[in-house]
Amino acid sequence: MMTSRRVVVGLLTAVVVAWSCGVGPATAQLLINGAGATFPYPIYSKWFDEYAKISRSVNFNYQSIGSGGGIRQITARTVDFGATDGPMTDEQLKAAPGELFHVPTVVGAVVATYNLPGNPKLRFTPEILADIFFGKITKWNDPRIKDVNAGVSLPDQPIVVIHRSDGSGTTYIWVDYLAKVNPEWEQKVGRGTSVKWPVGLGGKGNEGVAGQVKNTPGALGYVELAYAIKNNLPAASIRNQAGKFVEPTIRSTTAAAAAASAEMPPDFRVSLTNAPGPDAYPIASFTWLLVYREQPDEVKGKAIVNFLWWAAHDGQKYAADLLYAPLPAPVVKQIEAKLRQVVYQGRPLLAAQ
Amino acid sequence: MAVVFGRSAGAGAATPAAPPFVGTRRRRFGDRGFREITRAAGLAPLVLVAGMAAVMAHAAWPSLRRFGWAFITTSNWDPVAEQFGALPFIFGTLVSSLLALLLAVPLGLGAAIYLAELAPRAVRPPVTFLIEMLAAIPSVVYGLWGIFVLAPWLRTWVQPALGHTLGFLPLFQGPPYGVGMLAAGLILAIMIVPFITAVSREVLLAVPRMQREAALALGATGWETTRIAVLRYGRSGLIGAILLGLGRALGETMAVTMLIGNRPEVSFSLFAPGYTMASVIANEFTEATSDLYLGALIEIGLLLLVLTLAVNGLARLLVWSVGRGPTVVRE
Repeated sequence: MMTSRRVVVGLLTAVVVAWSCGVGPATAQLLINGAGATFPYPIYSKWFDEYAKISRSVNFNYQSIGSGGGIRQITARTVDFGATDGPMTDEQLKAAPGELFHVPTVVGAVVATYNLPGNPKLRFTPEILADIFFGKITKWNDPRIKDVNAGVSLPDQPIVVIHRSDGSGTTYIWVDYLAKVNPEWEQKVGRGTSVKWPVGLGGKGNEGVAGQVKNTPGALGYVELAYAIKNNLPAASIRNQAGKFVEPTIRSTTAAAAAASAEMPPDFRVSLTNAPGPDAYPIASFTWLLVYREQPDEVKGKAIVNFLWWAAHDGQKYAADLLYAPLPAPVVKQIEAKLRQVVYQGRPLLAAQ
Repeated sequence: MAVVFGRSAGAGAATPAAPPFVGTRRRRFGDRGFREITRAAGLAPLVLVAGMAAVMAHAAWPSLRRFGWAFITTSNWDPVAEQFGALPFIFGTLVSSLLALLLAVPLGLGAAIYLAELAPRAVRPPVTFLIEMLAAIPSVVYGLWGIFVLAPWLRTWVQPALGHTLGFLPLFQGPPYGVGMLAAGLILAIMIVPFITAVSREVLLAVPRMQREAALALGATGWETTRIAVLRYGRSGLIGAILLGLGRALGETMAVTMLIGNRPEVSFSLFAPGYTMASVIANEFTEATSDLYLGALIEIGLLLLVLTLAVNGLARLLVWSVGRGPTVVRE
C-alpha cells in the first residue's frame, strides 16, 4: 500500500516538475549558465537575484561544483562563464580554445582558528604558522609562540593541526601564503587545492574543520573569514609583511587587495597573500569569474559583460553583508578597462557606460 | 507454467498437440514479450557495469599508463608533485570495513535472532521498526553525530582506557585524536547493523517451523535448536545479509570521511587517522584539474569497483561452498 501511494506521489511530482519546466522557457528568457567555485556561491546567488530585478530578461544559472570543475567546464565551453578561487595556470590557459579573462569579483580571506582554554586572542608570525604546519612546533607552550603572545597563558598541550580534506580554494590560499613566507614549504609541499600535508587531520569543508577544531582541545585549523565571523570562532592575528599583527576583518582584507593592486598584472592573476601595506591582512585572495574575450553569442555576451559591470559597481554593496570584502576602487577601474575588451566578432560588447 | 510452455515451443512452430483454444497466440505473444522485456532488464545491469568500467578505464588511462602496478603498492599521494599511490586508501577501505563487520556481525545477528526467535510478540514490531528506521538515516547525519558525540567520547574515555589496558598492542598506540580508523569502523558498524539485522531476521523467519519442532522433539535446548535447526538452515541467507552490510561499508563515503581523519597513511594503530577510497574521490574530485590527477582519482574508483566485485565473488563462493540451504525461502 505504502509503495503504491509513493509511486502515485512520485508520478504527480514528476508531472508537476515537467509542466513547470515546460512553462519556464516559454517566457523567452535568456539563460546564462555558469559553474565553478563554491566559496563565492552565496554572493553570486545574491547578485543573480538582485540583477534579475533590474534586468528581467536575463536569468543566471550557477552550479557551485568547485573551481576545478568550473575551469574544466569553461575550457570545454559547456558553460557561458566559469568561476574559480585559484587563478588558472599558464598551461590551463593554453589548453582553452580561446583567450580567457579572469575578472575579480570579491575578496576573501582565510583565518587561523584554534581551541584553547578560554580561547584567548592569539598572534602568529608567518614562521610560526609554517613550522606548526610542518610539525616542527608541536606544543602550544613552545617558546616561539610564547614570545609573540606575552601575557597569554599557553598550556603544555600538543597542537593538533586540522586542515581541509576536500580540494578547495581555501586550502589554496592558505598554502600559497605558507609557500610565500617559507621557502621550505614552497619546495617540499608547494601550492594546490589539495596538498600532501606533513602533519594533521583532514576535515571536510569549512564546517568539518571548524567542527574538529571545536571538539579537539589544542587544535589549530584554518577556515574562511566569512565562516569564522558567522560562527564566532576565535581567529588569530597574523604578522604581515610590514611587521604589524593584523586581525582578520573585512576591512583588513580589502586593504590587502588595495595594497596588492598597485602591482596588478593586466590579467588579474595575482596572489594577494603576504600583501604589503601596514593594514593588510596577509592571507587573502580574489575570487574570479572566467569569461572568453571573444564571446560566441552576441546576446549572451552582452548580458555577461553588463552583469560583470554591475557586479563590480552596484553589486559590491552586497558583499559586506555576506562577509566578503569588496573590491578596492583602483581594481574596479582596471576591471572596467578589461570589460571593454570583451568582444563579439571584433566589436566590443559593453554598452557605453 | 506459461514460461515453460513458451520455451518448449521452439522457433515459431506451434505445438501441434496443444488443443486449439482461443487466446493461445495472444498468450504466446504476451509471454514472449514478457520474456524479452525481463531479459533486457536482466542484462541491463551487466551492460551498465561493463560500460562504467570501460568509461572509467578510459578516463583513468593517464594514471594507469604512468604508474602501472606501483599505483596500488606505493603510498605517496602528492597532488602538487603529481605522484599518486593508492595503497593507503585501499588499506583504509579494507580495514575500516573489516572492523565494522567485526563489530556489527555479532550485534546484528544477535538482534535478528532475538527478534525472530526469542522476543515476546509485543516487542517485535516496535523494535523491528526502530532498527529498520536506522537504515533510513542519511549518512551525513551519522557523520555529524560522529563528529560531535562519538569522536569526543572516544577521545576522552575509550581511547585513554584502551591505551592504558591494551597499549602494549600496536593496535592501540598513539595519541587519542578521537577521529581515526576506530571512529570510522564504529560508525560504519552502527550504519550496517540495521541492514544485517533486517535481512537476517527475514531469513530466520523463513526457516520452516518444522525445523524447530523437529529439533525440539529430539530434545534440543533453545540454543541448540537455534544453532542446529535455524542458523544452519539459513546460513547462506545470513551470509548474504552480512555481505549486504559489507557492501555498504566498502562504499560508504560521507560519514567515514567526516570521521576517519583523512590522512593517506598506512598505520596499524586504530587510533591513527586513515583514509578510504570512496572518501578521497569525494574529497578531491571537484578540484582535480589536471588529467593525471583526475585519472588517478578515477583509477581509485575503478579499483573500488574491482574490489567490490572481488568481495562479492568471494562471497558467492563462500555461499556456494557452505552448502545447499536455500538462500531465500518463500512460501
